[in-house]
Amino acid sequence: MHKLLASAYKEALLLSRDIGGLAILFIMPLVLVITITLIQNNTFKTINDTKIPVLLVDNDQGQIAEHISEGLAASNSFEIIESLSEEEAREAVFKGKYQLAIVIPENLSADLQKKVTTNVEGILAQFGLEEETSPTSTEDQNFQKEVRLYFDPATQVSFKSSVKNGIDKMISQIETQSIYKAFQEQIGEEDNAIFETNSFITFKEIIPTKDNKEIIPNATQHNVPAWTLFAIFFIIVPLSINMVKEKTQGTFVRLRTNPVGYGTVLGGKTVVYLGVCLIQFTLMLLLGVYVFPHLGLPQLDVSGKLPLLFVVAIFAGLAAIGLGLLLGTLAKTQEQSAPFGATFVVILAAMGGVWVPVFIMPKFMQLLSTISPMNWGLNGFYDVFLRNGSLLDILPEIGLLFLFFVATTLISIVYNERKNTV
Amino acid sequence: MIQIQQLSKKYKGAENYSVQNLDLVVEDQEIFGLLGPNGAGKTTLISMLSFLLKPTSGSFTINNLSFKENKKELKQLIGIVPQEYALYPTLTAYENLYYFGSMYGLKGKVLKDSIHSHLETLGLSRFADKKIDTFSGGMKRRINLIASILHNPKVLFLDEPTVGVDVQSKNVIIDHLKQLNANGTTIIYTSHHLNEAENLCTRVAIIDQGTIITKGVPSDLIAAQENARNLEDVFLALTGKALRDHA
Repeated sequence: MHKLLASAYKEALLLSRDIGGLAILFIMPLVLVITITLIQNNTFKTINDTKIPVLLVDNDQGQIAEHISEGLAASNSFEIIESLSEEEAREAVFKGKYQLAIVIPENLSADLQKKVTTNVEGILAQFGLEEETSPTSTEDQNFQKEVRLYFDPATQVSFKSSVKNGIDKMISQIETQSIYKAFQEQIGEEDNAIFETNSFITFKEIIPTKDNKEIIPNATQHNVPAWTLFAIFFIIVPLSINMVKEKTQGTFVRLRTNPVGYGTVLGGKTVVYLGVCLIQFTLMLLLGVYVFPHLGLPQLDVSGKLPLLFVVAIFAGLAAIGLGLLLGTLAKTQEQSAPFGATFVVILAAMGGVWVPVFIMPKFMQLLSTISPMNWGLNGFYDVFLRNGSLLDILPEIGLLFLFFVATTLISIVYNERKNTV
Repeated sequence: MIQIQQLSKKYKGAENYSVQNLDLVVEDQEIFGLLGPNGAGKTTLISMLSFLLKPTSGSFTINNLSFKENKKELKQLIGIVPQEYALYPTLTAYENLYYFGSMYGLKGKVLKDSIHSHLETLGLSRFADKKIDTFSGGMKRRINLIASILHNPKVLFLDEPTVGVDVQSKNVIIDHLKQLNANGTTIIYTSHHLNEAENLCTRVAIIDQGTIITKGVPSDLIAAQENARNLEDVFLALTGKALRDHA
């Protein structure tokens, strides 16, 4: 025990003497969380506040173009700029001057009305309600109109999707209303509305509640755990560098001649670096609770969750340390450990769902994500933060994190025994 | 007593043995010098005796304890002063010594007294709280030595303990080694300083290409070698003047 404590004391001294290293360990994660949360929290806010200019080429001059224009304007996200020609709009968008151009084809409103009327007449004739159905040419029945969208190639896929979905919805609404209107006209009840054109099916998001209060996750609740975990795992870089330095300085050679087990040496590092992880985590929470509101960000809500959050942080920290110990044991130079460690953490974060949710990943990546300790940690945090999970709920995740720590540490010890023990 | 029997080491991928079928007995309280040109096998031999390298074959005992079955006990009995400064540069001398002393199981007053006593003897008391990276080469060598002897080892291995130090530091180190030896520590030491070995060692062995080519009391070896005035003459006569560069 004395050897373990002495090892931990030495590690603490080494860390405390490395001011630059400490700054990286404690300040950089804070900067990271603030930056990411500011960006993510303000994504939609920024869109609402600044309005994205959209070029609209209205070749239709009818009801649909008017409806789309009004719909986009009503969303408060877009500023509609009329453009004279499709060619001009396309050039402006492809050069990156605008993010989006919408081209409404000629006679779209009239043709849609025509097609709907034809279809309605056809249906009514089937029921014998329409006495004289005017013959409709095949050409008229099969024509299709397209609303053309031009996007700046640099536009994010998610933005494109949401714009396309929005326009698609507007067009569908117009089509539906046109059909209702056509029926009404054919039945001869133009003045009295006989159809309710409002949507019959609506949706409502049911939000989890606690003590009868709805718990609505915000960007802070999502970002703090995700990026805290990312920062915690980054500890593998300084930890592995610390171990490689011992090899290059010769102190590891001395330790190998001392009557002390490799497990004790690793134990000392584990104690201190776990302390570092918990300090990092505490700073992140303090940041979310006390600093975020001053930056215009939503406050982190940790009420009643602190003990469980720290449980997850401890086990996530252990998993990260286990990985660092393994990397430090295997690596011979800092040139091996530092770039590999940093890149590997980024890969683990990507696999774990820190950047992109796991459910939208390809099947193979979803499978891989289940073996990422970052994913276990993230789910543990989400269970506590967003799903109001209990200790029982996070048991699978913290169990896996602990097993990962045990496995990586054991591999380190066995590798060292094989490699270095006489 | 150290008994080495048929000890050999061949590194992976190497054509030749670095140490080959080496037999040697070092009696208690000897100061035994291992001399030889670069690549002769001195460091390899000391590394095997101090559990840094696994022998390819052969065995050794220290105080009748076999290296295979008594690793933990033997590590407590021995001390090794490696050729490089095996110290944490950002820790102070005291912090380094406290840590390495703790690794030998020393604690409390015993450890503190041992640190202060050795620092005093080697003239470093007033630098106890200075960081190692501010020390000169000679000061680092002395701390390197203290870190290996805090637990009063029965056997002390030193790999070139005076390389790159000034005359004053060398003197202090040599005097301290003599004092340790007088207090009962057996010393096995490698060096390229043949005059130093001649004055310090009770016996020496000259190693070349992994085998001992001669061993004995320095004065006897000098006397036995024709036209030899000192150990260096004996050394050159036995190992030749050709360069021993290795890559």
